[in-house]
Amino acid sequence: MVKLTIDDTEYEVDAGLTVLQACEQAGIEIPRFCYHERLSIAGNCRMCLVDMERSPKPVASCAMPVGEGMVIHTNTPEVQKMRKGVMEFLLINHPLDCPICDQGGECDLQDQAMAFGSDLSRYQENKRAVKDKDFGPLIKTIMTRCIHCTRCVRFATEIAGVPELGATGRGENTEIGTYVQKALSSELSGNMIDLCPVGALTNGPYAFHARSWELKKTESVDVMDAMGANIRVDARGPEVMRVLPRLNEDVNEEWISDKTRFACDGLVKQRLDRPYVRKDGKLQPASWKEAFDAIAAAAKGLTGDAMAAIAGDLADCEAMTALKDLMGSLGSPNIDCRQDGAKLDASVRASYLFNSTIAGIDQADAILLVGCNPRVEAPVLNARIRRRAFVNGVPVALIGPATDLTYDYTHLGDGLDVLAKLPGALAKTMKSADKAMIIVGQSALAREDGAAVLALARKVAEETGCIDPAKNWNGFNVLNTAAARVGGLDLGFVPGEGGKDVPEILDATAKGDIKFVYLLGADEIDMTRLGHAFVVYQGHHGDAGAHRADVILPGAAYTEKNATYVNTEGRVQLGRLAVYPPGDAREDWTIIRALSDAMGHKLPFDNLRQVRARMIELNANFLNVDQAVSAPWKPFGTDGTISDAPLTPYFDNFYMTNPISRASETMARCTDIFVRGPQGKTGTDG
Amino acid sequence: MLKDADRIFTNLYGLESPFLEGAKKRGDWDGTKKILELGREKIVDDVKASGLRGRGGAGFSTGMKWSFMPKEIGERPHYLVINADEGEPGTCKDREIMRHDPHKLVEGALIASFAIGAHAAYCYVRGEFYRETEALQRAVDEAYEAGLIGDNACGSGYKFDFYIHRGMGAYICGEESALIESLEGKKGQPRLKPPFPANVGLYGCPTTVNNVESIAVVPEIMRRGHEWFAGLGKPNNTGTKLFIISGHVNNPCAVEEEMGIPLKELIDKHCGGVRGGWDNLKAIIPGGASVPLLVKEQCETVTMDFDALREMRSGLGTAAVMVMDQSTDVIRAITRLSAFYKHESCGQCTPCREGTGWMWRMMERICEGRASVDEIDMLEEVTRQIEGHTICALGDAAAWPIQGLIRAFRPEMEARLGAKPAATEAA
Repeated sequence: MVKLTIDDTEYEVDAGLTVLQACEQAGIEIPRFCYHERLSIAGNCRMCLVDMERSPKPVASCAMPVGEGMVIHTNTPEVQKMRKGVMEFLLINHPLDCPICDQGGECDLQDQAMAFGSDLSRYQENKRAVKDKDFGPLIKTIMTRCIHCTRCVRFATEIAGVPELGATGRGENTEIGTYVQKALSSELSGNMIDLCPVGALTNGPYAFHARSWELKKTESVDVMDAMGANIRVDARGPEVMRVLPRLNEDVNEEWISDKTRFACDGLVKQRLDRPYVRKDGKLQPASWKEAFDAIAAAAKGLTGDAMAAIAGDLADCEAMTALKDLMGSLGSPNIDCRQDGAKLDASVRASYLFNSTIAGIDQADAILLVGCNPRVEAPVLNARIRRRAFVNGVPVALIGPATDLTYDYTHLGDGLDVLAKLPGALAKTMKSADKAMIIVGQSALAREDGAAVLALARKVAEETGCIDPAKNWNGFNVLNTAAARVGGLDLGFVPGEGGKDVPEILDATAKGDIKFVYLLGADEIDMTRLGHAFVVYQGHHGDAGAHRADVILPGAAYTEKNATYVNTEGRVQLGRLAVYPPGDAREDWTIIRALSDAMGHKLPFDNLRQVRARMIELNANFLNVDQAVSAPWKPFGTDGTISDAPLTPYFDNFYMTNPISRASETMARCTDIFVRGPQGKTGTDG
Repeated sequence: MLKDADRIFTNLYGLESPFLEGAKKRGDWDGTKKILELGREKIVDDVKASGLRGRGGAGFSTGMKWSFMPKEIGERPHYLVINADEGEPGTCKDREIMRHDPHKLVEGALIASFAIGAHAAYCYVRGEFYRETEALQRAVDEAYEAGLIGDNACGSGYKFDFYIHRGMGAYICGEESALIESLEGKKGQPRLKPPFPANVGLYGCPTTVNNVESIAVVPEIMRRGHEWFAGLGKPNNTGTKLFIISGHVNNPCAVEEEMGIPLKELIDKHCGGVRGGWDNLKAIIPGGASVPLLVKEQCETVTMDFDALREMRSGLGTAAVMVMDQSTDVIRAITRLSAFYKHESCGQCTPCREGTGWMWRMMERICEGRASVDEIDMLEEVTRQIEGHTICALGDAAAWPIQGLIRAFRPEMEARLGAKPAATEAA
């Protein structure tokens, strides 16, 4: 602890803090632009200057470590004059176009100019103008507004791991940009928009759509991947205008992926806003009653064995609870929430969780990735691994297709044979590590031999010391990719006794043994294998499932319902309604509840509280909202032979992995640029 | 006036061979091994006792700087970095050393490196100094060949390597931390301090950065004794110094003189006086572009040393004396310096990036008479807003000449602006 005096009051703070952090702890606000707690210190904006006694010059508080007996003044007339001076310098070449700037109303420069600046400009010369840069389809640049704080540069280099941004030129000709004109190839690039303290980097697709003070802000949870990033949904009227991250140190810190942020324009495209019934081979608009009657008629006389239900990747826990109960009362054991066929073992919770928790990555000191590409499957989680690997030098090894993960790793090969016989050096590293970690991805489990892979991964985890109850450490991690997956497994949305899983259901429908299939937002299965079965599709987007459906029941997207999701570490989180579902669409569990009535198997819940009570009955873990409760370690998986087929990437396109992102124009543009092909030639390509 | 016997740079004018044979004749590399045998601490103490102050401009005690280096060499190696990025306008002393007496630098580098525990010295030479680099490289090659440096430098058993790195001519790379960044292959931008280079310098290792002249005088101090060096000049401003006099003098020159020589004597004795006689003098910039200028009255009495010039609210800087006679448009001259600083600002921190351009534009207008008299005060205020608020000293360097101008020539500025009041309105 260090004692120092700030504004005549003595404080005791931890050694190693900076003066700015000490002031913050003391509740004294120091204005700043370049300083950001998650980035390295640049000290270049000079806004945070304070007076330090016995120092000939004022010091940049963001960069000055606290020292014993320091005397700091933050509110003297001199300090106020310094801030005014720096503020004036920042503004002389700033265009002051706040009325047409998207940052207006939530701009650090605007706020601090109000608080610390002068009321008029003395600058009579021409202002500098800077040519805008093309950062790709996501970020709009108005570089004249840039104040050269270099937050974006540091974010790209340090957190996103794509050192593509930098400052060129010097003096007042300094410009921030990609050295060669190119789109930023990061899945986290959108976070630069939040980091930019001015309107130089703004949300491209959102440009000129709304002003920040017009928006209704709803705190919710993301479903684009299984991380369950905490988000804030900003809506105006019936439309979601943008999605922003919300701070949660245990999950996403303050970052979200580009898909989370920018796919929201897909929420208004391709929407199912009324029921449809297929008549004469064509889907015709229908009323809810007609739709329910058609379903009841189709299901009539069928035994439970001839029915099946599959839950998709975005399904919420309430809807899955309702559907599970409905299928149960119809006598069908054929339900599954693993539409990719992943051989996750629902009976042992530890077998499908990210057991160490996401924050646990910060403690890991050896990481083995098996069949997963976290950069694509959970970009924010990947940033944590990167920090561990890049900053702390933790060794990372990968079994699976080689790819750029933004950090160095040892590539052990594409085949799972390596997992069975880990190289000696790696095994030694893992064993000697204090907290070793193995992360198993879905591409290793969504195979026919998935159960054997799971068993092998467990064995490897046990043998290499990933499981250490003494240290309260469980380093066996499954990286799920679907927001619905862990919730579905927790609820037991898996085949009952004698029931069929997804591959078996599809075999049965193709053969004609199953005649009725209920798809709860399931779009990622092979629709051609549904044969002649009667297909009910409940969901929000006109995607693959809706095209094949005989009856369409319009549901709500994740921003349109109060729903529960469980993320990959088993954390129960609540999404909240930001806008109402469009047209006749309804919250999903209410649809199933109404349908159950029409089918003569009325479900025993009438409101959300009763549904949630039923969820808790199914799994008491749903009581632990916002917590990741650890699961007991038990044997799981099935021993068996593992094929020597190489692992393949789970996603071939990060930007389009679910119905919402597939409907998004922005994601389509990203696909064009980042996935489909090389970017246009630049001048240096000759 | 300095006695010939006390001169250190005896080949300043290149009259003899700058290379090993000539250098040895002048006494270089004489008993270097014995100097090294004195040990690290003794060398540092001697240099401290000699009173040598850094010749790069700031005037910080060289021996003191060396003593900041860790006493024990830990996991990280120590480095000596020699700042030969001589970019201060008006300054050309390091150039003379490198092209005419390079062995003094190489020998000094060996002794300094030994004193701070470094086995490698990096010499960062300004990019424009092409022939100087060639001469220095040849001297280094000769020294390697003669076994004076290398695995067994001067037979002392000490391993010492000397590397030359050419810069690309950016003024800011003469700032020690920007120089280190540039040497590491990054953009030449000053680093935040603390940490200081003695803790975290080149490649994150303890580093001392010294000016060429500071290093080049070290062998002579060690050979002749610190008492000899301390006996020259004035107290706290000891030894000899290279002065470079340019501008409106009859005979511009570089000359080695005692510290504390009166400015008037320096000009009269070595430069044949001010062009058109002393009374034709208008102002003198005594220490390179970044120090405030002196008016004639000040020049008559001031002595050329750190403390006396500081008292005159100017500075010795690099001892590059720029003389301006009555024919000079002094406002134009300072405007040109402002343009220089605007061009050389690295652009990293706000006050300098934005302020240098603003000052230059105001100076341009004042120079052309397109400003109001009030703007002189505003300009002064802007210089105060920059001074001391930046990461490195370039902000100060840009502000000081203007402050000096306003202090000394305000009536002239007002007269120029008063002459064309209508133009202000139009602007």
